[in-house]
Formats: sequence, C-alpha cells, structure tokens
Amino acid sequence: MRSPSSRVLGNPVMALLVAATIAFSIVFSAVQARAVEVQRVVSPGGIEAWLVEDHTNPIIALELSFLGGAALDPQGKVGLAEMVSSSIDEGAGPLDSQAFQGELDNLSITLRFNAGLDSFSGSLETLTENRERAFELLRLALTEPRFDEEPVERIRSQIIARLSRESEDPNTIASRTLRRLMFGEHPYARPVNGTEASIAAITADDLRGFVQQRFGRDRLFVGVVGDITPAELGKALDETFGTLPEKAAPFTVAEAQVGNPGAVVVIDKPIPQSVVALGHQGIKRKDPDYYAAYVVNYVLGGGGFSSRLVEEVREKRGLAYSVYAYLAPLDHGAIIAGGTATQNARVGESLELIRQEWARMAAEGPTAEELDDAKRYLTGSFPLRFNSSDNIAGMLVGMQMEDLGIDYFDKRNSYIEAVTLDDARRVAKRIYRPDALSVVVVGAPEGITATQDAPSGGS
Amino acid sequence: MAVFRRPARLAAPFFGLLALFLAALAGLPGSAGAKVFDPVSFTLDNGLQVVVVVNRRAPIVHHSVWYRVGAADEQAGESGLAHFLEHLMFKGTESLAPGEFSDIIAANGGRENAFTSWDYTAYYQTVAADRLEIMMKNEADRMTNLMLTDDVVLPEREVVREERRSRIDNEPGSQLGEISRAVQFLNHPYRIPIIGWDHEIEQLSTEAAVAFYDKWYAPNNAILIVAGDVDPAEVRALAETYYGVIPAKDVPERERVVEPPQNAPRQVKLESPRVRQPQVQVSYLAPSYRQAENNDAYALQVLSEVIGGGATARLYSRLVVEQGIAGSAGAGYNPTNYDYSTFTFYVAPRPGGEVAPLEEALRAQIAELLANGVSEEEVTAAKKRLVAGAVFARDNLATAPRVIGAALTTGGSLEDIEAWPERIDEVTAADVNRAMKGVLRDEQSVTSYLLPEPTS
Repeated sequence: MRSPSSRVLGNPVMALLVAATIAFSIVFSAVQARAVEVQRVVSPGGIEAWLVEDHTNPIIALELSFLGGAALDPQGKVGLAEMVSSSIDEGAGPLDSQAFQGELDNLSITLRFNAGLDSFSGSLETLTENRERAFELLRLALTEPRFDEEPVERIRSQIIARLSRESEDPNTIASRTLRRLMFGEHPYARPVNGTEASIAAITADDLRGFVQQRFGRDRLFVGVVGDITPAELGKALDETFGTLPEKAAPFTVAEAQVGNPGAVVVIDKPIPQSVVALGHQGIKRKDPDYYAAYVVNYVLGGGGFSSRLVEEVREKRGLAYSVYAYLAPLDHGAIIAGGTATQNARVGESLELIRQEWARMAAEGPTAEELDDAKRYLTGSFPLRFNSSDNIAGMLVGMQMEDLGIDYFDKRNSYIEAVTLDDARRVAKRIYRPDALSVVVVGAPEGITATQDAPSGGS
Repeated sequence: MAVFRRPARLAAPFFGLLALFLAALAGLPGSAGAKVFDPVSFTLDNGLQVVVVVNRRAPIVHHSVWYRVGAADEQAGESGLAHFLEHLMFKGTESLAPGEFSDIIAANGGRENAFTSWDYTAYYQTVAADRLEIMMKNEADRMTNLMLTDDVVLPEREVVREERRSRIDNEPGSQLGEISRAVQFLNHPYRIPIIGWDHEIEQLSTEAAVAFYDKWYAPNNAILIVAGDVDPAEVRALAETYYGVIPAKDVPERERVVEPPQNAPRQVKLESPRVRQPQVQVSYLAPSYRQAENNDAYALQVLSEVIGGGATARLYSRLVVEQGIAGSAGAGYNPTNYDYSTFTFYVAPRPGGEVAPLEEALRAQIAELLANGVSEEEVTAAKKRLVAGAVFARDNLATAPRVIGAALTTGGSLEDIEAWPERIDEVTAADVNRAMKGVLRDEQSVTSYLLPEPTS
C-alpha cells in the first residue's frame, strides 16, 4: 500500500526524490572551484544572502533558516515549531488556504518549511518567470500567515495521525527512546513532532506568537542558487524579508549533558527483526578535532561498503542489511550514534560485534591505509554535493550558520587533508567509548539483557 | 529528526523507484515543444545502446548501465533472483576481488548504488568527470567477467533476507501491499514481490545466480547512459574501448504471460495491533505505455493530476479540506512498465475516524468522475502543471538517466521522452473521459484495507 500523502508529511514523492539524491555525489576542490562561485549579496536594506548565480536553467532555489528551533518549544506545547512549519503555508494575507496552495500549484512553485531542534528553515523553488510572485508568497507566509481554523485543525489531525502511525514504527521508537535516554530532561530529548497531548494543546494564538517571536532578521540566514543576478536578489531580499522585525525574541538553550552511559533498554514488539539504536557523548561542529572525528567515523561506520561495521556485520556474516555510525553535532550538545537491524536470534551477536569495533577503533584508531582511503573518498566526493540547486542553497545556509566562511567550498578539503594519523588515533581514543554506549533494542531480541526500563515520556 | 537520520543505504532502493520516476515525469520540462533532455544516442556494433546527456553545471558525471531484465523475468520458484544477482554483482570478477570495484569507486571519491524493478536492473556511479574511464572499465568488466563463489554468495543471501525483514516483514503496510499485488495480478509475474518470497530467497543458489547472469547480462541486452560534464565523442571512444569488445550473445525474448479477463472485484484486509492509522486503497488494472491504445497513458496521467495532484486537486480538496473526513487522499498512476500498470486511489481517515464512511465518500468521487467526467478547465490546469514542472527535471543530474533508463527498458524510446510535454499538452477532456472508462471498472479492482486489530 502506498504511504499516505498527508500534506503535513510533505510531499512523499518529493521526499523520495530528496532521499534518492543523497546517494549521488562528486569530486575535487580544484575542479569544483570553477563550478561554484559564492557571492555575498547585501540588500539596500542591509539583509544578507549568499548567492551562487547560475543561469543554465530558468530556476531559482532559495533556502532560509532562522536560528532557534523546536528545542525552544514551551513545556506542554512540544511540537509548536513543527505545527507552525506545517500550517504557515496554509493561507496568508488575502489568500485562504486553498487559494494560497492553488497559486503554488498553478505556478509550479515549491514552498516548504521544516522545524529542526536548533532552527526553523524554509525552501522555495520557482521558475524564473514566476519569481516575483514566488517571493511574494514567501513574504506573505512569513509575515501574514492566517492560521485559519479549518487548516489549523486539519494540520493538527494530520500531525496526530502521523504520531499515531509512528508509535508502532520500530525505527522511530528506537531513535526517540535513545534520545530520551541520552538527553533526559534537556529539550533535545523531546520529540520535534510533539505528542498527541501537546499537539492537542496548541492554539492558533500559540502559532501566531511563534511567528512574532522567532522570525527576526538578526536570526535569519539565506542562501540562493540559480537564475537571478545580485542586483535582482538584493531588491527581492528587501521586498521579502524587509518587513520582518529587526530582532527576534532573545532565547537561551542550556548545554545538554549526555546521560545514562552503559544503559541497555529493550522494548518488546512482536516483530521478526529487532531494530538497534545506540550512542554516547559526541563532538561539536566547532571543536578543533571535528574534522579528525569526521574522518575517523567514516572509517568506522560512516558510509560506503568499506566501513569496518559494514565489513564485520554485513559482508562477513550477513547479519544486517544496514549498519552505521554517525556524528550528530547539535548547537548545545553532541552525540555519536549508530544502529542496525537484525533478526531477533542474532541481536546479541550483532551488538557484540559493534561494541568490539567501537573498542578497536578507540584503542588503535584507523590504519594509515584506512585514513588515506577515507581522506581520498571524503575529499573526492565533496563536489558530488553540487548536483542540484536546492542542495547547494542548503549548503550556503549551513556555511553561514556554522560560521564556516564564504570560502568554505575552496577550503573544506584542506581541512580533511590536514588530518594526520596521530590526530586520527588521538581523536578516536577521545571520542569512542564502548562502555558508555547507551543501547535501545526494539523487537523480540535474544542474547540481550536490559539494565533498565524505557525512560518515561511515551514512545 | 534529521539528527537520527539513517544514512542512505547501499543497494536496491527499488521501492522508491516507481514513485521517483513518477516525480521525474511529473516534473518534466518547460513549454510544450521544448526539448526535455536533448540526448545523443548511438549503438555499438555488439548491440549496446549508448545514451549521452550533456549537463555542464558541475564537473561531474553520472554513469549507469541498465539491463533489460528484472524480477518479472524470473522462473517460477526462483523469486528474488534478479534482485539477489544485483547484490552479487558487487562480489568481484576474474580480475577484481569481492568489493574491490566499490573500493576503487570510493578511492576516486565516487558514489554508487544499484536497483532492481520487475522490468530492469541498473547499476550506477556518480564521480568526477575525469574519472569516467575508471567507472567504464570496471562496469564493463562485471558485465562479462563476474565470478561467484559460495563464500561470498551465502552471507549475501542472509543480507537480502535481512533486507526483506526490514522492508516487508517488520511493516504491516508493506505486507499488505505484497498481498494486494498478488491478487491484482491473477497470472502475470508482477504478482510476485521483487525482493522475493522468503522461502524461495533462502533456496537461491550460486548456480542459479550464475545461470541468470549468463542468460540475460549481455551488451545487446543493456543500455549505457552517461550524463554530465562530458563530450559525446569522448564517451563514444571510451564506450567502444571498454564495452565494445564484449561479444554479443543470444538473449532470449522476454516471454511474459497475459492476464486473463478479471471478472470479479477483490478485497484484501490486514488487521494488526501494530496498525495505528487505518488506510484504504483501491487499485485498478491499467495499461502501461507499451500497451495503451490511443493516447490513454497520457490521458491517465492527466487524470491522476486532476484528482490526486496536490493540495488543490479533487480528492484532497473535497475529502480532506471540504468534507473534513480524510486526513490524506490521493491518486497515482505510472505507465512506465513493460506490461501492466495500475491506477490507484488511497485515503486515510482523520484520527478516530471510521473507514466505512470514508470509503463510501471515495467511491462516490469515483462514481461522479465516471458519470460526469472531468472538465476542460481541470484538464487545462493539470496539463499546465505537468508540463511546467518539467524544467525542474533538468536541475538534478540523476533525473535524466533514471527517466531514460526506465523508458528504454520498458519498450519506450528517446523520442517518446522528448515528445512527452507535447503529448501531455494534446490531451483533451474527452481523451481523459474515454480512457478512465476503460480502467475504472470494478471487476478489475482490488480494495486493500489496512486496519487496527478489531476491538469487538
């Protein structure tokens, strides 16, 4: 059966397209320089955007992000940012929901918003011929959203339906439980999508309040790619974002402490394959060791057929289709996490192998050959990210938010190249702690002993 | 949340492919009459068709080989063999150790994957444009020199069984989908899942995989597609060097059985405590591009857009927005199959809502459609959206190879792809209303219910 395409979930077909593009990629810093030149555009009104001008196709892609995300959702109204992201394009200014969506459809304009833990983002894609109307619809959504009763109740029901569906999905249960286990009382432990009770409690005034407090020009980052000149973009920036408040409401997020090291939680479900999620304290994006950690983690479980986890768990023993590890640096905390899915009878064996590889990497680091291979892949594949306009626009926003510099595209590979074998070994020892792994298993696993019950908070 | 995103996995994302292709087609180019991908094509002496799409946005290239063989070409009792062989194609050749081609790709900064459908199997890499030769050399190598031993085949069979557990056996919705297809097609092999039935996967042998490879994998049964920052003349020279030397061989015609008349509507129902949100799907047997008469395949795409193409399309605006009884509602149709396709409607009630009245409302929409047809205004708006979206298909490097590969392995031509905007633009309301009458017939339908465990 097809997956339901409630609007709240975003267009599932597009989601697939996006998911599929993850698999595509590219090559060399030297080559890539000729393909991508980043311009800093500052509008007459003082609004900044980074632009990659490209007139190949009559398309413009814009990505925007406001710092401050779902981690700021008030107690009892968790899911507020998510609900705003799903209803802000359901009518604005003089246009009701169907009129607004009808214009987007008829002009082939894609407008989407997304709530993350640390930021609230949006993306716009349009044909050049509809540029002015597309930017105007974006302006209306950001500054004059209506939050009429019909769409708000419709979106609320769609979010609740999704939460309900996900409540029996083993992957979702595993990742949410792991997050609660590791982040405890910190807002990062809460589900971005909220709970059925918290979503039910959110009012239209809450949605309006979010827009008034969060959308300030001082928190705004914009990236644009495509068929538009700097002068045209400067004008459009003022028209689109000029009427936003100068400053968003101030906020702070506490630093997260990662807790429950070594815990093992089992959630019983009558399914043939157990889903395993695990993790511990990680490393932040701004940490001087971040690039070394990134390279080392690629060797352990970061991608491709050649990682140690894939070799041991999948290739040699056929225990899983998927096994991986990744760095998850957030603004106010960081984790290293991983996971797999394996038949119930062999969960103990799979988990033991993952722990062994975690320990071996901590003790020995990568070999010189593994480090060299990882660096060659990570530098060589960087240009593959430049495969579509919205991907590049998203990178332009990320570079600004992470303060990576406007020359990041040129410099990024040198950061990878600079990682030495000593760095890699030192950082591997620093970041991987097999005994600290918190583990969540969802299914009917054998060979696993739980050390504690699932943390409360629902799954 | 994105932080807990699972990385894109290797090998065989075949479930997304059909929808992906729909998205690509729904996203096809500019004004009617404009070129879509403007491909260059030629055929080598050994029968390998080569297609080149120049795209100079970035110094990268997408290289793929498509074989005209898929799950529907398997023999009875060997379900899953086409997909299993796809996995095994990464296990080495006479000159490369298992996984060595993957290591070479990674060392060159490339990414790769493969996928299997009922009608085709494809392998691709994306890499810096100046590394194209390395990809060609090794992809050509495994077209003819694959070497398999039980040492690598048997663990991989367990990987595939884990893949099946992840995709199907752990997911009630996917289990229902499998059963739904099995009754939609009474005779045709589209009734069998691509990944295979587990009891047959576990019996697949090295010998069977080798036999399937020997039977179907040949240059004259394949299509090479190169898209990106390349010069067609250079691609031709490289293709002749590496692929041109592989001898053609006798490849059998595809022999696909035909559906008998379908004389009764069918219903399937899956009830499980693991289902928290019910869903109903009604699917009808429909023609593929290759089978369709007149311009029915194009008219049915327009129909799908009119009733299911977004927030202002009929089903969503009426059932979700106006009547407020559905949480989601839509329709789908993909004619890019060698044989049959399906035209599908789906609805899910709002939380706490009942399935029966919603199903009734959906059937009322279908009845009204059949009684009154679609209007010329609806058709005009839908065509505009379909055709306008086409420009976006050129934005992503991977779209052209996917669209072209799927078309050429299912009986379509490059001319068909390039003419797509024009053919959509020519569709009239009368065409849509004629085409739907041949498809939306109860006796060739399957209704699938995904339901929570009954409380009574």
